[in-house]
Order: sequence, then structure tokens, then C-alpha cells
Amino acid sequence: MNIHEYQSKGILKRFGVNIQEGIVADTPEKAAEAAKQLNADTGTGWFVIKAQIHAGGRGKGKVKETGSNGVVLAKSIDEVSEKAGAILGGTLVTHQTGPAGKKVNKVLIAEDVYYPGESEPKEYYISILLDRAKECNVIMASTEGGMDIETVAANTPEKILKEWIDPRVGLQGFQARKVAFGLGLEGQAFKEMVKFIFALYNAYDNTDSSMFEINPVLKTSDNKILAVDAKVNLDDNALYRHKDLMEMRDLTEEDPMEVEAAEAGLNFIKLDGNVGCMVNGAGLAMATMDMIKLSGGEPANFLDVGGAASAETVEAGFRIILKEPSVKVILINIFGGIVRCDRVATGVVEAYKSIGNIDIPIIVRLQGTNAEEGAKIIEESGLKVMPAILLQDAADKVKQALN
Amino acid sequence: MSVLVNKDSRVIVQGFTGSEGTFHASQMMEYGTNIVGGVTPGKGGQTHLDRPVFNTVKEAVELAGANVSIIFVPPAFAADAIMEAAQAGIKVIITITEGIPIKDMMIAKEYLKSFDCVLVGPNCPGVITPGEAKVGIMPGFVFKPGKVGVVSKSGTLTYEAADQVVKAGLGISTAIGIGGDPIIGTSTRQAIELLMNDPETNAIVMIGEIGGNYEAEAARWIRDQGNPKPVVGFIAGQTAPPGRRMGHAGAIIGGADDTAEAKMKIMRECGITVVESPADIGISMARALSN
Repeated sequence: MNIHEYQSKGILKRFGVNIQEGIVADTPEKAAEAAKQLNADTGTGWFVIKAQIHAGGRGKGKVKETGSNGVVLAKSIDEVSEKAGAILGGTLVTHQTGPAGKKVNKVLIAEDVYYPGESEPKEYYISILLDRAKECNVIMASTEGGMDIETVAANTPEKILKEWIDPRVGLQGFQARKVAFGLGLEGQAFKEMVKFIFALYNAYDNTDSSMFEINPVLKTSDNKILAVDAKVNLDDNALYRHKDLMEMRDLTEEDPMEVEAAEAGLNFIKLDGNVGCMVNGAGLAMATMDMIKLSGGEPANFLDVGGAASAETVEAGFRIILKEPSVKVILINIFGGIVRCDRVATGVVEAYKSIGNIDIPIIVRLQGTNAEEGAKIIEESGLKVMPAILLQDAADKVKQALN
Repeated sequence: MSVLVNKDSRVIVQGFTGSEGTFHASQMMEYGTNIVGGVTPGKGGQTHLDRPVFNTVKEAVELAGANVSIIFVPPAFAADAIMEAAQAGIKVIITITEGIPIKDMMIAKEYLKSFDCVLVGPNCPGVITPGEAKVGIMPGFVFKPGKVGVVSKSGTLTYEAADQVVKAGLGISTAIGIGGDPIIGTSTRQAIELLMNDPETNAIVMIGEIGGNYEAEAARWIRDQGNPKPVVGFIAGQTAPPGRRMGHAGAIIGGADDTAEAKMKIMRECGITVVESPADIGISMARALSN
């Protein structure tokens, strides 16, 4: 699960990680109030207004309606309401959102932390994530803060430090020191960085996260270390033991079709193609999408009906796929194991009748447990459904239907 | 011979009396798998499906001679069940449970390093040696005995591949569903190695998907061994968008190396016959074996 920057920072703060302080607001008036409060709390006179959407590249991104960037600086409280107004309610387009962009419902009003002082402020990069190959967590750190880490990895891989954490003992002191020294820090800043890394790992571990990315981590001019931005990914499988974190889910950030599908117990991802598909099993669903492409079509979605395909789930699947006018063909591909094909066939027939007129071709491929009974049900229903037994038949029929 | 499970396997079911455990235990018994009992803490001493229920895996090992376990325990308790099986001396632990937290699996897998056992899964369909033992949830009738081994991250795609292999006039030696989670017990390479060393296996179907580096690792190992047996490979997710989790927790494109395209390229370079369409698995295997 993805969460917003302000929520991520809230988690970090709870575990004692120093952050750039901020207050979230959903109207220009509340943004101004937030700025006043922040001025009282921290003494900051300048404010950073940051659009809260689940996508990166906000600073360079532009709000379609107003031309404002997704992250802007306001030099007074009066400027805050005006500049927040140019972001709130707008559609922010960044390199990660795609051309459609994302609606901004909230902004974070944050303190200015790049104030001048005894030393130069400097930005770093720190992340913690699962290393699948090593089957443990890894801390990655770099002096190239504020930059896209993929670019750093490609151009200057020697500038990325890695420290793997043994799951039996957790992060050790020498490891945090290695990272802090490796980043070239000394004196007070070094001590602060070691503390920062420990608190960060503690937050990561205690929230069952699968990724923390803090970019940038800032050394301020007075040698404090704090998180200026924060991206947190939580392990969906562990959310059952973090009810408080589960409440951070923002459904407005998700595709409404995907939310509806999840409510019906379907695992659905919307894509942009012309062939809708409904499959049991994630691997077979991906394989079916690949086959659609090889047949000259483009998959309109990923849809795994799971192990309990019934008349209800099949109908819900149909309704969701049919919402997309670009869908020209539907392919149902079921390999019956625990799922019995005759039940799925009955589900298809019932769903078809209950929806009424479906005027695009439907190809139903049933294989495995009770496949023949299923094929018979489809055939006897008299519906305009094309049956297929072999996967290749299904592929050929998709091609035929598209031409 | 065969790998992991055979007619001599003495299998227990952890999570025996739950609905999943009950359903699949009876299916496995019907198939002919030697189920010697089950474990449900607190229900020891009872009889379920004509088999004894034990409180602990230790008792099942001592009293029923269990050496293989299949786990249907709910996600919150599954890692605990895996570690219990290992500590009790179970040699092959097959975990069907889907949705185990990553952190739990990380710790369980680390714990297992101290024991002489093999973990398969989690989030997998199990292992079947046709005609001998089905320790899993797959439809047994699809898998006819033969000489082709199958290794796969996905459940229904395993059935699909086995069905095509059987329809091509061949059969299955052992099919191993390794699971679709980011951390699993037996990697693609380890499963392939078992089948390469199995005299009853003449060829291997290797099915992977986007995410992780297991397929690349397996492909390089096969090449380094001098390609001792023909391997037909397929990678699901050629059309998957980056950054989206495609059902399986592990099926997500993170970087350039875990796309289907990158994996297929490495597999081809390592001498594996890679099919682009999942419909071509059976026919390509028949061709590979007739050459």
C-alpha cells in the first residue's frame, strides 16, 4: 500500500525520526492557518507548499489548470493561501502520473529547512527496502541526494552504499556508523546521522514496511539531520496487524474501477487495450494477456477471479470490463482445479442474461475439472459465446474476433 | 525415483481440521497420497478423516513417522507452523498459505538454515509426483506420469503447462509449484537442480514471471552445467506495466532486469527454448525431445 508524504512523515516522527515539520490542509484558508501555526511552532518565515499525490516528480510537475508547480515556496503567510489555491483542486501532471495527471486534494505546508548558518546545507539519499536476491533488508545511501536514484545507480554506481541487515539481529551500530562515515559526515552531523538511521530502521521494522525512501535527507546548516521528503510502502500482507496504518489508505488515489473490483473480491488492474480478459490465477492471467498481444490485440485489463469463481464474481467481472468502451472482445480463460468449469459456465450464462445485451464477442475457454460439462452448458445456452478448449483455439478466436 | 514427494512420503497436514485443510486432505487421500495424520493445536487425540490429529508436529513425527508436511495454516500463523515443522524434523515442508507477511518469511527462512529440510512455497500449489503422491491443491487428473519435470511460480499456469505436455503425448515426472511470493523456500534454480539430478526426468518446463532474479539465476546455472537436459521456458507478464503488482506479491517490475523481456533474453542466451506464447509450451517440449 502507498501512502502520502504527510502520512509517511507522521509515521517517521512517531518513531523519533527528525522530519521537516509540516501541517496538511485541504483549502487555501486552512493552508494559511497551517502556516501561522507552523510559524508559531518552528519560527519558520518561509513555507514550502507540497501537493500530496501518490506520484513522484511533483517539484517539476505542473498543475494543468494554473501552470503552478507541484512544490512551491511561499515567502509569507499571505503568499501561502494564494499559492496553495493554485495547486489545490488542480490536476498535477508529473513524469510518473501520465498525461492525465492526478487531482490534488491536499497540500502539505512545510517549514523552510534550507536556512543559512554555520555550514552549507547538504542533501543525501537514504532508503531501506527488501533485497529479494539476498532475502533480507538493505539500507542504501548516497551523497547524491535529491536526484533520481535510478540515474545515480546507472551513471555512478560507486556513489551508492549498501548495508544488508541480518534478520536475526537487526541493524547493528557498526552498520549505521559505516553508512554515516561513508557519506563523509563528521562531528555533530555524524552523530545525528547515526541516530537518524537507527530511528528510520526502527520505524521500517515496526511498521512491516517493504520500502522507505527518504530523498532528500538534509543536513541543515546547523548540523541537524532530517527527512525533507518521505515515501513509504507498506507490506499489504502485514496490514492486518497495523489497523492504524490501514486507515491511511486514500481511495481517491486509486482507480475507481480497481476499487470496485476489489470490493467484489476480484484482483483487477486497468490497462489501455481492446481485449478484456477474466482468468483464474495471477500467472495464467498474465500469460493470457501476453497471448492476447500475440494475437494482435492489446489487453484491456488484468483480472484474476481467484480460486472461488462463482456466478456473482463472474458477473461482477463482466460489469467492470464492460464499463470500458474501448473493449471490443472479452476472453474468459479458466483452468479448473478447485474451480469447477461447469460452475463457471453457469456463472457466465447467468451473468450474460442478467446484464442483458452484450454486443461484443465473448470467447470462453474452459479447461480442467468438468471442462466438457462446462462447454456443454455454454453450447446449450444459445448465447453468442464462442467456446474454446485449447489455449491456441482461444488465441485464434481472439484474432478472428478482432478482424 | 522422483523428487521431493513419492509413494513412500508420510505426509501430515498442518491446519488439518480447518476448511481448506479438510477439503484438500480428503482430495489428496483420494489421489492416493499417504496422509498419516494432521496437526491442529488443541485438538490432539481426536480423529479427523479417519486419521489421528496431533497437538504438535513433534508428536506427528514421533507417533506417525511423518516426514513431509503440507501447511494450510492462516497467514498470521503460517511462519510459526513452518518453523515448528523444521524443528520437529520434517524433511519436506510444503506451504500453500497465501498472504504471509514478508518479515515473517524472512525470519522463518533464516531459522530454517539450521535444519536439514526443504521448504517449498509459500503461496504455491504444492508438489505432485503423478501416480505416487500429490502434496498440493492441483487437479490430480491433469498430471499423467511421464518424464517431463515442471517448475513454476504460478498455480493455474502449472496446470496449463502440464495439460499441454500430456496432450503432446508426454507425461510428468514431478511438478513443483515454487510460489509467487518475494521470499520463497525453494528457488527456481534449486527446483531445476533437483530435476536435473533426477534419473526419471528427461526434460524440464520452467515457468517464471516478472519480478526478482530467480529465472536468470536458474538459466545461468543450467548453462554452467552444460545444458544436461532440454529446458522449455515461458515468462508470464510480457504485457505487464512496470510498478504494478500483478496478483502475486512477487510479480512486480522493479527495474530493467526483472521484465519478462530481460528474463527471456537471458534464458535464450543460456540455451533454453523460450516460447513467447503460453499455448506453445507442450508442442515445444515435444519438439525439443524429438531432436
